[in-house]
Amino acid sequence: MRTAARALPLAPAVVLLLLFLAGPIAYCAYIAFTDLQLTGQAEESFIGFENFSTAFGDEAFRNAVWLTLVFTVVSALIGQNTLGLALAALMQRASKPVRTLTGGIVITAWVLPEVVAGFLLYAFFRREGTLNAILDWLHLPTQNWLFTLPILAVSFANVWRGTAFSMLVYSAALNEVPREITEAAEVDGAGGWRRMWHITLPMIRRSIGTNLMLITLQTLSVFGLIWVMTRGGPGGKSQTLPLFMYEEAFQKSMIGYGTAVALLLLVVGSLFSVIYLRLLRTEV
Amino acid sequence: MPRTPSSRRTTHRLAADAGLLLLAATFSLPLLWVILSSLDPNANLQVKLPDGVTPANFDAVLTPEITFTPLLNSLLLCGGGTALTVTCAALAAYPLSRFRSRLNRPFLLTILFATSLPITAIMVPVYALFVQVNLIDTMQGTIFFFAASQLPFAIWLMKNFMDGVPKELEEAAWTDGASSLQSLARIVLPLMGPGVAVVTVFSFVMMWGNFFVPFMLLLTPDQMPAAVSINEFFGNRGTVVYGQLAAFSIIYSTPVILLYVLVARRLGGGFALGGAVKG
Repeated sequence: MRTAARALPLAPAVVLLLLFLAGPIAYCAYIAFTDLQLTGQAEESFIGFENFSTAFGDEAFRNAVWLTLVFTVVSALIGQNTLGLALAALMQRASKPVRTLTGGIVITAWVLPEVVAGFLLYAFFRREGTLNAILDWLHLPTQNWLFTLPILAVSFANVWRGTAFSMLVYSAALNEVPREITEAAEVDGAGGWRRMWHITLPMIRRSIGTNLMLITLQTLSVFGLIWVMTRGGPGGKSQTLPLFMYEEAFQKSMIGYGTAVALLLLVVGSLFSVIYLRLLRTEV
Repeated sequence: MPRTPSSRRTTHRLAADAGLLLLAATFSLPLLWVILSSLDPNANLQVKLPDGVTPANFDAVLTPEITFTPLLNSLLLCGGGTALTVTCAALAAYPLSRFRSRLNRPFLLTILFATSLPITAIMVPVYALFVQVNLIDTMQGTIFFFAASQLPFAIWLMKNFMDGVPKELEEAAWTDGASSLQSLARIVLPLMGPGVAVVTVFSFVMMWGNFFVPFMLLLTPDQMPAAVSINEFFGNRGTVVYGQLAAFSIIYSTPVILLYVLVARRLGGGFALGGAVKG
């Protein structure tokens, strides 16, 4: 009885979570197995795994999976992660004004609303945009980036926008590395790179794991940034899974099919989430 | 000249400064574009010095239709969502932080698990569900979903801040017969004011910048928040006036940047991780 009374304040949160988060997820798991459409159909019917087998046979779906993989690896695992670590490591040594200035700029890019970031990078990569102006000034070949290499353009956009997160995580982690240890290695004659590789990186490996997990999850769900820059085009050349899901569900009105794709995305996300929990557990 | 440790350290610092400044310059190009273009009567897509500084772009977008209605909608959506999130999170965090129960750990693990789910993935089923229960194209439906999607992280963060308030302070109030809700409102929350501020600002900033949720759940143009209405600069209006787009982007982004600056010190290095990593 007392336990029940004590647990009462949990009720509003639990109700909200069940109705608006668990509910849709359960509903997602149901309609992924139906042929629900937006128009011209009175009732959906259960079709089992058909949506999934359609997906795996669909070239556009396989293209989206591949692009999602490229986008995640290039922008999150390589771009944000490495650049974030580099920024954090440089900040350890830099003078305070430079540190503050750089941190401020990188974090501003991160705090900006997703759509605004999309427009800024759209302007940057357009044929008549800043990047080509710079390349032209350097007498380097220019091209229409959003048309020829759209997935790279949106990947760079995601690096621009997301690096601050890794930078903050790694700055916090590097601050916790005891100075005596790196100084002892320095006295023993280990150079900067060797100290980083053999001492610092192993000491912050848990932060690396956590960071990789979180930025992967964030990158898997990027929609607005790509939508604003390319709409997934041209011809699906930057259509990652969230954009593919949106197009199937709404532009082609195949809600059931779009949801099957959503469910796959959710399952991949859950797997990462479980790994993340296990990583944290070793830490707690 | 013999390389002493201190001269080597100076070299290192200069090298680090140079590297950072180069990266900062690269990162700042898109930001420079938006600032310079907003003041430029002839803005195009390149970073360039304005042909004369003018507030004309700001004047042009500061109309009810372009700026005030969408910003008011954003404020309603995000304010409502944040109020709901913070209230529910504060209530939920209290028993989790104060009382021992076998259910605490599974509940917190579920919350943490939900924190990292890709919410983007469920927008299609949420749309389908909202059509069925008549919540589509309603402010309240969107507010509820915003609140629910932000709630796992808010509960987690709130619980960690609440753990920092010593239980002894409440025990006196309990002996005097105060209920747990009274002690939450009168003792715990006032003591963790900065923590509540962090959760509030964080939830608000996340919702303010979110594009996909209102894009999916709202249909009527008058209800669109700034995150979606900014799209109008493309398409419907024929040629894009880049100076006005830049001016609007600045107006729309300023509140979240100010809020971030306000709590940045308090958030410290770990920021978003602060809650999650501490366990």
